[in-house]
Amino acid sequence: MSFVYGAQNAWDMLSDEQSQKHITTGSGDLNHILGGGIHCKEVTEIGGVPGVGKTQLGIQLAINVQIPVEYGGLGGKAVYIDTEGSFMVERVYQIAEGCISDILEHFPHSHDKSSSGQKQLQPEHFLADIYYFRICSYTEQIAAINYLEKFLGEHKDVRIVIIDSVTFHFRQDFDDLALRTRVLSGLSLKLMKIAKAYNLAVVLLNQVTTKFTEGSFQLALALGDSWSHSCTNRLILYWNGNDRYAHLDKSPSLPVASAPYAVTGKGVRDAVSPNHKRVRVA
Amino acid sequence: MANMPISEMRLPPHLAHLLAARRLDTAKDVLSLPEVELMAVLDAGLPTTRAAVAHVSEAACPPCQTALALLEECVRLGGGGRLATTLRGLDEALGGGIPMGKLTEVVGPSGIGKTQFCLKLALLAALPEYYGGLDGRVVYIDTESKFSSRRMIEIGQKSFPQIFRQEGLAQKMAGRILVMRPTSLADFTKSLEQMKVTLLQHDVKLLIVDSMAALMSLENEKATAGFRQHPLRWALSFIKSIAEFSRIPVVVTNQVRSQSNDDGYHFSFEVDRKDGNNCAERFDSHLIAALGIQWAHAVTVRLVFESHSGHRFMKVAKSPMSPAVAFPFVVESSGITLLSDEGIDVTGPEITSIRCQGQNVLAR
Repeated sequence: MSFVYGAQNAWDMLSDEQSQKHITTGSGDLNHILGGGIHCKEVTEIGGVPGVGKTQLGIQLAINVQIPVEYGGLGGKAVYIDTEGSFMVERVYQIAEGCISDILEHFPHSHDKSSSGQKQLQPEHFLADIYYFRICSYTEQIAAINYLEKFLGEHKDVRIVIIDSVTFHFRQDFDDLALRTRVLSGLSLKLMKIAKAYNLAVVLLNQVTTKFTEGSFQLALALGDSWSHSCTNRLILYWNGNDRYAHLDKSPSLPVASAPYAVTGKGVRDAVSPNHKRVRVA
Repeated sequence: MANMPISEMRLPPHLAHLLAARRLDTAKDVLSLPEVELMAVLDAGLPTTRAAVAHVSEAACPPCQTALALLEECVRLGGGGRLATTLRGLDEALGGGIPMGKLTEVVGPSGIGKTQFCLKLALLAALPEYYGGLDGRVVYIDTESKFSSRRMIEIGQKSFPQIFRQEGLAQKMAGRILVMRPTSLADFTKSLEQMKVTLLQHDVKLLIVDSMAALMSLENEKATAGFRQHPLRWALSFIKSIAEFSRIPVVVTNQVRSQSNDDGYHFSFEVDRKDGNNCAERFDSHLIAALGIQWAHAVTVRLVFESHSGHRFMKVAKSPMSPAVAFPFVVESSGITLLSDEGIDVTGPEITSIRCQGQNVLAR
């Protein structure tokens, strides 16, 4: 049927997309602007000011990807590449507990099910399925991303790769900026390839920097303009008054939109504010 | 791992020879080149180049652990590793105290009590374990010449009278705290480098840098603007690596400066909407941390000390394990004391703001 090797027709792509499950962020409003959650086969960049909840969202995704299939999840595993050392394993445990208690709340009858299903719902199991790499220099970061291809070949059930943050070491000690851009674009191509080939979501957390445009300083995600082409979706987390908001800045298929979210003891959840209207920009 | 010589990676011989012949000696040399440039340097085809990159990457990639293994390691090393501050509310909010192996920052206006907090921490780390301390040495890098042994011992005597009544204990505790006064950034980085390996051998349990910002401003006067960020970046990743390598808490203080432009720190998509309501805030003077946003990204825990409505507050402004809460505190002769262990929830932009009233906060 296909006369171009490796191509897929648009109709098949559509049915593929519709059968895909998405990774829930833990917040319904956030899932809504993302079209159901974080998509597999795509690269999603998440940026924001310090302390707004990037790492929290990253950890939440690493847990949520493991929600078993019978509870509406993907039942996959996670790779977490930590370049900043901000991965707190106690917090991961808390978020896993929060996720499990929510599952049990939504599926109150799961107690009747076979004990094998129950056995999976232990925070320890969730933690055992997060593969953690601690990266201490940009060389190691490049090496880890190159090595991922082989690693994922051996661990086929990985459904999400999170890099927290993609920026840190590249902002530290790269003197030749032109070279940095070329190396980074090589990396982003590889990540896109991995996302497609292994049917998984790649989530890149990025820092913000100040940028001088049109006569004033504005916040912008780090690593510059050519890097911003390297992700399929781009979500920016920011403060809007007293609430944390997420702004979908770039997406090939979804409208630009913002939604509130909250970081609670259990992890990322819907914001519970009285004014529950969605702000539309653009 | 990044500096591992290629000759030790046990590559297939033809690849090893090829890389050696081109003087690509470390993983860094090979991996900092884009694929096409590497092909040109190696004068080899794409399959050979890719094979070389794959082999070098696998060798240079740090080992993978599961999060469960990390948790077990944490438990094995003693309950996650915290330095209790003895401020009950703060300890609860931070899950037991200042985390080991992480970078904790204390930021606030001058005279608010940052140094007092550091002195208390230094003392606590030196105390014997059965009094809740870490029973170790402390390296205190004092860039502003603010460290006062007398004040520290006073804090100790007032907060732990029963311990300090013992003969010679004050001398023993104070003897464990090594104070360094670097005069320049070069001085500072040199001693850090020397220290890295010896920290563990000498049973150092806490590293304090009071203050980081002073070091950087020393340097700014000499260096040109373009170069300005660089020594900071280096110090940043090095201090983080010290924290992780020696598994000790590292506490760094940061100064504040007043922000000159107020509408700058928004994303471009926010600006249109912000225009309307910005006018009211425009004349508010506000403070921001002296070391910029890049620094803020890198610290794991940020405590903001501030004063408003007649009280001083310490605020957990950034922490991976706790929500933002604020505690009113006072500085007494026994050091910093919380007025209430019940945290006040803070929301929105207040979390990151640093407020300071014009009052003389030093008056006690």
